[in-house]
Order: sequence, then structure tokens, then C-alpha cells
Amino acid sequence: MELSSTTENGIQLVGVHAKRIDAASAVQFKDAMRQETETGPAHVVLDLSNVDFIDSSGLGAIVASMKHLGGGRRMDLAGMTPDVDKVFRLTRMDKIFTIHASASKALTARKAG
Amino acid sequence: MGSSHQFTLRCRAEADAVRQALSELRSALSKLGLSEDRLPGVELAVAEALNNIVEHAFPGEKTGDVRIDAALSGKHLCVTLIDTGRPLPNGRPPVEKRPNPDVERQDLPEGGFGWHLIRDLTDLIAYTRAGEENRLQLHFGLPDRPEKQQTP
Repeated sequence: MELSSTTENGIQLVGVHAKRIDAASAVQFKDAMRQETETGPAHVVLDLSNVDFIDSSGLGAIVASMKHLGGGRRMDLAGMTPDVDKVFRLTRMDKIFTIHASASKALTARKAG
Repeated sequence: MGSSHQFTLRCRAEADAVRQALSELRSALSKLGLSEDRLPGVELAVAEALNNIVEHAFPGEKTGDVRIDAALSGKHLCVTLIDTGRPLPNGRPPVEKRPNPDVERQDLPEGGFGWHLIRDLTDLIAYTRAGEENRLQLHFGLPDRPEKQQTP
């Protein structure tokens, strides 16, 4: 699973470069996230704008990645496509993340705050 | 309208094969005129059901074949998954509490969403175990509106 990572304004922006986070790729996603966020800023934003399908395995992997950051760090989500957003809403997992319309909005939200 | 189409796909009970089968299902349904806004929900429900088969009907290193029968008419889609793996515990789809998001971070659920998604995305599910065979039917009602006409 290919991820990219940049840090801007003290926020680590992690981009997912895959169309799907599903049962076939959830473990790889979790491992790659663990590597990308092992060290780094306390504030991570996961950019899901390239992802057009997640299933419950993918959802579980995203939640696990957030939990793995530990108590002092946070993970927001950005750029969710409508079908991905629907999975979060149906499972109510949209309640546990701060969700931004896009990666750039996630970065400016921090500035404004 | 009034026309009815059926097709069958097969895949191994393995995650990569499931991904491939979902892609075939989606394009077959699309060709038959299932509206684009219904495809993602159908794909997700079938994905969850197939993932359950991979994980629970054929646990560990075991694998087997899954047959996917689809029947689409103007107002109704039925997808039937047939496998010869282990039966569902208690002979029926599990009824469990929804995973709760209102807990401390370390206790947040990482699973247990699958059957809830299947129920949310379908109008009816029916499971039967006949001999060595599991049959899970997923029924989707389709809104009353004109569909793409098939050219013969």
C-alpha cells in the first residue's frame, strides 16, 4: 500500500495512493500507517481523496491506525469520497474523527484555530 | 421494464479473488442497467458477505469456491452467495449490538461492522444451510423508475 507523507504547519499529512482499502489490503495499510506515523507531529491528517471504496476491514484498519497513535496524538480525516463517507456514517465511526472536506482545508483549519 | 436478467460468477474464498469478483459483479450489473447510485451499496453489501465467507466459512488456510448468482429485474436485485464452508453459528446471521463509538479511544471497535452494514444496505437477507451448502440471499429493492433499455 503506497502512502505519501508531508509535514506542513506542524501537521503530518498522509496521503493514501490506492483506490481501495479492503480485506485484501487492510493489513498492508495498517503496517504502512504504523511506519509513516512511528515518529512525527502530534497531529496527523489522513487524506482519503484517492480512495473510492472501503469495507469494514478498511474501516477497522483506519480506526486501528488512529488508536496506535496513542493518547497524546490525534488523527483527522480529509477528502472522503461519498461512498467512503457513507461507510463512516452507517457505522457511526464519523463521530470519532474530525473530518475535513479536503487536505488543504484540514491544514487551514489548524491555522484559523 | 419487466425484463429479467441472471448471471453467475465464481471466485475462490480468498481476499484477492473477492476483489476481482466484486469488480466483475459491478461491471455486469452496470451493463444490465443497475443505476450508478445503487452500485456502491450493492458492492459493499456483497463485499461484506464475501469477506465473512473468506474469514469464517473457510477459516485459516482453508479455502474453497464461492458461487455468486445475481438476478436483476426492474424493481429487484437478488444476489445469492453459495459456498460449502462451515455453516453460520446457530444457523442464522448473527444479531449483535452495533459497535459503540462512545467509548475511550483504546476501546474503540475495529470490527463487528460487517453484518450491520449488510442489513443497512439490503432490504432483506435470507440464509439457509442445505446439506453441505450455505446459501445467503441479499435482496435489494430498486426504486420505481425507468432503467436503461437493453439492446438485443
